[in-house]
Amino acid sequence: MVPEYGLWLPPDISTHGYQVDRLINVLHWFMALLFVGWGIFFTYCLFKFRARTGHRANYELPNAKISKWAEVAVAGFEVVLLFGLALPVWSQVKSDFPTDEDNPLRIRVIGEQFAWNFHYAGPDGIHGRTSPELMKADNLIGLDMSDPDAADDLVTNNWMHIPKNKKIVCDVSTKDVIHSFWIPVLRVKQDAIPGMSIPVWFEATEHGDKFQVACAQLCGNNHYTMKGDLTIYESEETFNEWYESMAGDGEDEEEEEE
Amino acid sequence: MSTDHHHNPGFIAKYVFSVDHKVIGIQYAVTALLFLFFGFCLMMMMRFQLAYPGEEIPVIGGLLAGALDPDTGGFLHNLAASLVSSDGFLLPEGYNVLGAMHGTIMVFLGVVPLAVGGFGNYVMPLQIGAPDMAFPKLNMASYWVFLAGGIVMLVSFFLPQGAAQSGWTSYPPLSVISPGQTMWLIGMVLLITSSLLGSVNFIVTIIHLRAEGLSFFRLPFFVWAQFVTAFLLLLAFPPLEAAGVLQLMDRVAGTSFFMPTGLVVANEVLNVAGEGNPLLWQHLFWFLAHPEVYVLILPALGIVAEVIANNTRKPLWGYRSMVYSTIFLGFMSFIVWAHHMFMTGMGETMSIFFQTTTMIISVPSVIILTALVISLWGSSIRFTVPMLFALSFLPMFAIGGLTGLPLGLAAADIHLHDTYYVIGHFHYVVAPGTLMALFAGIYYWYPKATGRKMNTMLGHMHFWGSFIFLNAVFMPMFFQGMAGVSRRLYDQTLYYHGDAVQSLTRMSSWGAWCLGIAQIPFIINFFASLWMGKKANDNPWEATTLEWSTPTPPPHGNFTTVPVVVCGPYEYSPPDKPDGFTPQMTANA
Amino acid sequence: MSVAEIKYIDKPHPITGLTNGKLGIWLFLASEVMLFGALFSSLILLRVGSSDWPHGKNILDVPLATLNTIILITSSVTMVMAWASLKMDRFDKFKLYMGATIALSCAFLVIKFFEYSPKFSHYEAFLKPAAVSKYEDHLTGKASISGHIEKQTDDEIVFKPDTPKGDHGADHGAEHDGHAEHAEITIDRADIHRLTSFGPWHSNFLGIYFTMTGLHGLHIIGGIVVNAWLLFPGSVMFRKERERFEGRVECAGLYWHFVDLVWIFLFPTLYLL
Ligand code: HEM
Ligand SMILES: [Cu+2]
Ligand SMILES: [Cu+2]
Repeated sequence: MVPEYGLWLPPDISTHGYQVDRLINVLHWFMALLFVGWGIFFTYCLFKFRARTGHRANYELPNAKISKWAEVAVAGFEVVLLFGLALPVWSQVKSDFPTDEDNPLRIRVIGEQFAWNFHYAGPDGIHGRTSPELMKADNLIGLDMSDPDAADDLVTNNWMHIPKNKKIVCDVSTKDVIHSFWIPVLRVKQDAIPGMSIPVWFEATEHGDKFQVACAQLCGNNHYTMKGDLTIYESEETFNEWYESMAGDGEDEEEEEE
Repeated sequence: MSTDHHHNPGFIAKYVFSVDHKVIGIQYAVTALLFLFFGFCLMMMMRFQLAYPGEEIPVIGGLLAGALDPDTGGFLHNLAASLVSSDGFLLPEGYNVLGAMHGTIMVFLGVVPLAVGGFGNYVMPLQIGAPDMAFPKLNMASYWVFLAGGIVMLVSFFLPQGAAQSGWTSYPPLSVISPGQTMWLIGMVLLITSSLLGSVNFIVTIIHLRAEGLSFFRLPFFVWAQFVTAFLLLLAFPPLEAAGVLQLMDRVAGTSFFMPTGLVVANEVLNVAGEGNPLLWQHLFWFLAHPEVYVLILPALGIVAEVIANNTRKPLWGYRSMVYSTIFLGFMSFIVWAHHMFMTGMGETMSIFFQTTTMIISVPSVIILTALVISLWGSSIRFTVPMLFALSFLPMFAIGGLTGLPLGLAAADIHLHDTYYVIGHFHYVVAPGTLMALFAGIYYWYPKATGRKMNTMLGHMHFWGSFIFLNAVFMPMFFQGMAGVSRRLYDQTLYYHGDAVQSLTRMSSWGAWCLGIAQIPFIINFFASLWMGKKANDNPWEATTLEWSTPTPPPHGNFTTVPVVVCGPYEYSPPDKPDGFTPQMTANA
Repeated sequence: MSVAEIKYIDKPHPITGLTNGKLGIWLFLASEVMLFGALFSSLILLRVGSSDWPHGKNILDVPLATLNTIILITSSVTMVMAWASLKMDRFDKFKLYMGATIALSCAFLVIKFFEYSPKFSHYEAFLKPAAVSKYEDHLTGKASISGHIEKQTDDEIVFKPDTPKGDHGADHGAEHDGHAEHAEITIDRADIHRLTSFGPWHSNFLGIYFTMTGLHGLHIIGGIVVNAWLLFPGSVMFRKERERFEGRVECAGLYWHFVDLVWIFLFPTLYLL
């Protein structure tokens, strides 16, 4: 699929994103309504009460009950927005993490100046140990090859691969400064905070390779180049095929273990 | 001769190291206007890179590239080297320098000094009937410390490391490992100190030096706004000072308050103790910086309220509820700070707390805005130049406020956080909002300060140009943000979603340049009116508040008779004088 | 009365009961509370997030700090006496007590200097995990040796380690002489992961210790400057505007008590807990 990017929200290919979009859209309708209503009153006043001969200001203040009602209505609507639309999505994104039954694909996402590294656990499902001392140009995430769990791991640089219709959990971390893991089409954003590993989850509903991962937080000179490609495979099988092809091939442009 | 000398302080004592609040106010205002202009120029350079990525900046690019020649003077060379390449286009680090310094200068050296240091200093003592600030020498010190802070910020451009480049928010660890930040921190500590001196002075003055009969509920709304603002500055700035000291230690003493263990920069493990916490900075920073937003906006609301009451010829509607709302805003602003941090991995409980407080804090803003609009009802509106600016403030501040809602709800913030939507939102508050109000204030009080009115025709040109082009600059940003373009981005065309809205960026840039041109009538007006403006009498706007009962310009000590206040601040068209007004002050002979 | 006179410079405001100066100093202290409050909160946050936060008494010099606490409390008392002497019209006694306050403040700083300076010649070598067993007998921390450097070459450091302190050394330490000389040992540079003196860069504990006591020290210096000014050039006001001068001394006193109070919080938080 080649997504259409335009003036409003980018296409959404995630399972939870429609709720984010709905919230944003409802909010903007609400804002527009308020602004237009308010604007009509405002413009009317400007016209009706302009200074002119024979017109004079009235010292008495209008008894504007309507303003109280308007304020109460606004406050009431905010409550509805908050508890009806906003909190449910947030709690889903934050708390409804896929369980073991969902068998999610766990990927470690490691930001650095100025690239995203993706660490796949491979068939054993366990990420090999990493350590800062081992982080070198030929081992960007410092994977410790003496750890048996690392043997089937795979690390890609600036290129994320995931299957569609599968729950993905990303553990977002960083080597150096703060970055922010941002996939517009998946409505995923999570700051990568040094010293922390923060999980986010999502599920893609479309496949294709015209997607991007961006960095949303200023991280230095080349922050603007900190983008990765995102390829979404049609099924888990095709994803696994890719994985196996990579795991065997050490001479690829991507960073990976032998 | 010598006694004569004693009574007439020399030029230096009178205009440079003056302790008169009016002179200090003008010093603040002029300095701040220069900084605003400077901050705007930085932005115009950035806007060129955004509109035409990787092309040579016209004129300036060539000039700076020329200074790259090793033969030229060291300082100019430093300046050029941190900004442009030898082909004269803006470097990514140059972009970050300009962005960080634009934000810092606009907020801390432009808007706050103009709104608080300038208008607050000049107008507030007059409006409460005081002869001066409670501590005139402290007032002078506050200006000079502010100026020192500003100079430190400016000098940093010419040092080998260049100016700060980690955004005005200076998040560590980036800010700790980036060049230029030390000067920024030193500058900030000076600016904060200046603010603290000023705020103590403001509060004592307002509590102690009000004229006889001027009870708190007879204070003009502007004074209330300054009062609450001073409390915000007093209590919110020290934590930033603490944070600044900690970051300075991280930079110069090798501590690691904000650096966790095991940081690897360019494949080298940093040799620091570790165990620090980068989020600590964000908490301390936003604990200041959210109240700071209200510091930027409250004085503006105060100015707008004055101008609207004066030009509607009618008392403000809901004066008391505006005052209560302002106080409530002040309190609430201390417990919303973490809405800037929803994406840092905050848990559900904490986010619910901060989303709720954010929704609550929007209510008093709605009340104030509503009160101002309802004040138009049944009035008789004079469309003077200050009134045009004040009126245009209302809808644009409304846009700024409304677009804050999506950012205050964590779920919508997932998409909008750190995008241009945020830039659009807060600029609608501080640029089309506060800046327009500040212009209103300048046109409104200029005759009091100088004895001459500014030219109306030039004023209209300035108003319409600014109104149209401010919207042209900032409206597209909402759509850019909606499309997902990150803020602080040197070149958005590298992204599918960014490339699709590049035309908006270009439009915004042209808007910015036209906005620059639209300021020319203002600059001419501001200076030419000093000599050629129509002479103004003591009360050219037929206003009620105390500053208009002084001679024009007010002498040292302000009032010629001891002011006694007999009524509320906005007695326009009262029943006994349906075509006139009752000044707050009667002369107590 | 002239129109241009600023009111409540020497007489209190009828409603607040304060002079301008006193209201101002209270507001200033409120902002100082926020400043130190932020630093104390940072301290707590860093401590909670730390894997091993040392006990202050193992690193810092508690006896000197106790002495300093006593000195500072005494200086608060002399400050009150100075003000009371003014009230009782004993200008000579005011001079005496104010002088004592200043002398005590200077003593505080001198002691602080003696507390700070040894930290910069006292080192800790954090060992690489693989090398820990090699130096098992000399460890003073979990995986580190602290002591003084006797000699260093490009690949070796001759170290005179401290008596083991801390959790596993505490009971021995009580019996041993605190200054017992331990044999010199030679540490291979290749075994050292990080070598650092006990300056602010040593750890967040020492970082926050130096930052907070340093900032407090700056406040002490500020107090000395103000008090010295009141004692010498500023005291001419006593004869001309007596009430105003008393007000100034009182404000300086309020500030001084605040600085004292900060220390009363710093002392247990850093040295004892
Ligand atoms: C009136 C003309 C102004 C224009 C054209 C303008 C434009 C901009 C733009 C385009 C950015 C985003 C840069 C980026 O993300 O790469 C920005 C950032 C910013 N602006 Fe303005 N601005 C103006 C006035 C102001 C004023 C009056 C204030 C404050 C009182 C202000 C405060 C800021 C701040 C705090 C930032 C964020 C800087 C950062 O990312 O660290 N601006 N401005
Ligand atoms: Cu980035
Ligand atoms: Cu905020």
